[in-house]
Amino acid sequence: MLYDLAQHLINAVASGTIYALVALGYTMVYGVLKLINFAHGDVMMVGVYVGYAVAFLLGRQAASSFLGFMAVFLVAMLACAVLGFIIERFAYRPLREKSRLTALITAIGISFALSYGFQLDVTLTKARDEVTQAEGYRLTSTPCATGDEHCVTILPGAAARRFPTIIESVEWVNIASADGLNEVRLLNWQVMSFLIAVGLMVALQVLVFRTRFGKAMRAVSHDHRTAALLGIPVDTVIAGTFMLGSALAAGAGILYAIKDKQVQPLMGMYVGLKAFVAAVIGGIGNLKGAVTGALLLGLCEEGVVWFGSSSWRDAVAFGFLIIVLLVRPEGLFGRYVPEKV
Amino acid sequence: MKSFLPVLAAVVVLAVLQVTLGSSPYFVYLASLVGVNVVLAVSLNIINGMTGQFSIGHAGFMAVGAYVSGTTSLLLKDDQLGFLGPVASDQLFFVVSLLLGGVIAGVFGFIVGLPSLRLRGDYLAIVTLGFGEIFRVVIQNSDGIAKGFAGVPGLSLLGSFIGQFGGALGVSGVPQHSSFFMVWFWVFLVVLLAKRLAASSHGRSLKAIREDEVAAEAMGVDTTSYKVRAFVVSSFFAGIAGGLFAHFVPIINPGSFTFVKSMEVVVMVVAGGLGSTTGAIVAAVLLTLLPEGLRSLFLELGGGDASLAQKVDQIRMPIYGVLLVVIMLTRSQGIFGTHEVWELWGRWKKRAPAQPT
Repeated sequence: MLYDLAQHLINAVASGTIYALVALGYTMVYGVLKLINFAHGDVMMVGVYVGYAVAFLLGRQAASSFLGFMAVFLVAMLACAVLGFIIERFAYRPLREKSRLTALITAIGISFALSYGFQLDVTLTKARDEVTQAEGYRLTSTPCATGDEHCVTILPGAAARRFPTIIESVEWVNIASADGLNEVRLLNWQVMSFLIAVGLMVALQVLVFRTRFGKAMRAVSHDHRTAALLGIPVDTVIAGTFMLGSALAAGAGILYAIKDKQVQPLMGMYVGLKAFVAAVIGGIGNLKGAVTGALLLGLCEEGVVWFGSSSWRDAVAFGFLIIVLLVRPEGLFGRYVPEKV
Repeated sequence: MKSFLPVLAAVVVLAVLQVTLGSSPYFVYLASLVGVNVVLAVSLNIINGMTGQFSIGHAGFMAVGAYVSGTTSLLLKDDQLGFLGPVASDQLFFVVSLLLGGVIAGVFGFIVGLPSLRLRGDYLAIVTLGFGEIFRVVIQNSDGIAKGFAGVPGLSLLGSFIGQFGGALGVSGVPQHSSFFMVWFWVFLVVLLAKRLAASSHGRSLKAIREDEVAAEAMGVDTTSYKVRAFVVSSFFAGIAGGLFAHFVPIINPGSFTFVKSMEVVVMVVAGGLGSTTGAIVAAVLLTLLPEGLRSLFLELGGGDASLAQKVDQIRMPIYGVLLVVIMLTRSQGIFGTHEVWELWGRWKKRAPAQPT
């Protein structure tokens, strides 16, 4: 019993920290733009696929070394920052003065385009032209055969893929009960992802509350018109926030893929929704709240796995959200802001 | 009497169409599919367009209607009212099961709407999405629930009803009572209701809420009550659409009512113009026929090879996403805005002479 409890607590914290990283992105973007960036989870998914591609190109040996591990993370985070910038620049910025519903629908559209676009099989295949005998690459929509070197996947298709092992799973702690029936296992990646997550959160906290950029972010969040009047480059700050949030999401996504051991295009939607739930539970726009909400959600989900069947897990996350919104719509740490005319 | 005239006319027209075109199964199937989507789009437009509350969980209410009415019909399959004859009695049961599905969906709409409509725009979207997902998970786990209920006194009947849902496998063998006439009669009803609602004082209150909720409240509109009522009406018709759907497809399972289905309806409403009933109809018809048309075209081109045709379903979703973004960026009020199609027509005619040459 006690062993079970300890094991479930470890699992809950491990998944909670990952949700927290994604939730921070939601909360930051909401803070500066008052927009729920529905596509956040899907940006994360794209990041995971970039990480997958990097790990794949590096090969098994190199990817599990420390440098390879860092490369996977950094390239994915960079790619997502760029993607976040593009989305903000071309989809959200033109709509900033329009109604919030417009931006919300756009966000849903981007989320849909990304998550279902990634489910298409698009591959570049080297083929010989029958007439001219010239070799060229052709776009096809059939998945690459395994081991076909002349075939490059552009969009990965709906099937789940095994995420390469970039951290070898090692048991760091194993406490077994006297009769050997129960044990508590603590794996190295759980500790590492916890440390990475905590490190990123601390860095973010410092960035937001101790730097000039963070001060600008908070000013924009408070009132972006006045901030603009005072000479704060609002566009730059918002774009920077987007890139930061997207990069965090990529990092979180790779941690999630290490935990789950697989990647698939719809993972963004589900992880993203749960992270959103976490952000709302904590009070959206509040960094501490996002972390607390994510840990609570992790505990809640793990509780469901412990007591009942895991097929109820998704429903419980939403149930939790609905209860929080009904009892305390501003979230645990949020401040109630009455609507002004 | 005046209000019954359109109904009478619709019945006659639909009956004639049923007799002349009802013999082709493919036409009936396609027309039913279009009709169900029109009912969904017009009903979602009542809440998303007229009232301005963005719900993205419409498929959840459709699922409630489909499962309740489909299961009811399945259970009543072998019963008949002797004095009516087999056909009339089947149709009567069909209507009863449809109404039952619609009413239960409406009740769920009330249960969902009452708490969540206090929330503002984007939160409401998430909560409706959440409820849609919860419905789906509950249906997927219906076997377990049925077992749980079977032991509880007073709930055993409900338990055995839920037991028919078949978990992830779904319900098959629902009698195929649906007909062109029935589907399009409901289309007619929902359009009539939307039109009359828009013209009524009730509809004006809804529009006031859409334009400015705080101002509407200040003017004495009981916003929560109106929003909930609009939500219940919308859910009722989603349930009806689900019921109609259940009676012409061979199988219903949780996979038919995912977030994707909700999004499809949202795209129809947004593309047509939030608040435009005719816009929703046009978009629903086009967006239903387009994939079907492409599919049969590809089937033709591929010489019966289905691989190309299957790609239509795959490629549809990302296109919907891009479509939403493009519409929002270029014409954020949707193609028809809040106007009906004929209003636009009148404007064009009026504007034409004013153009300097």
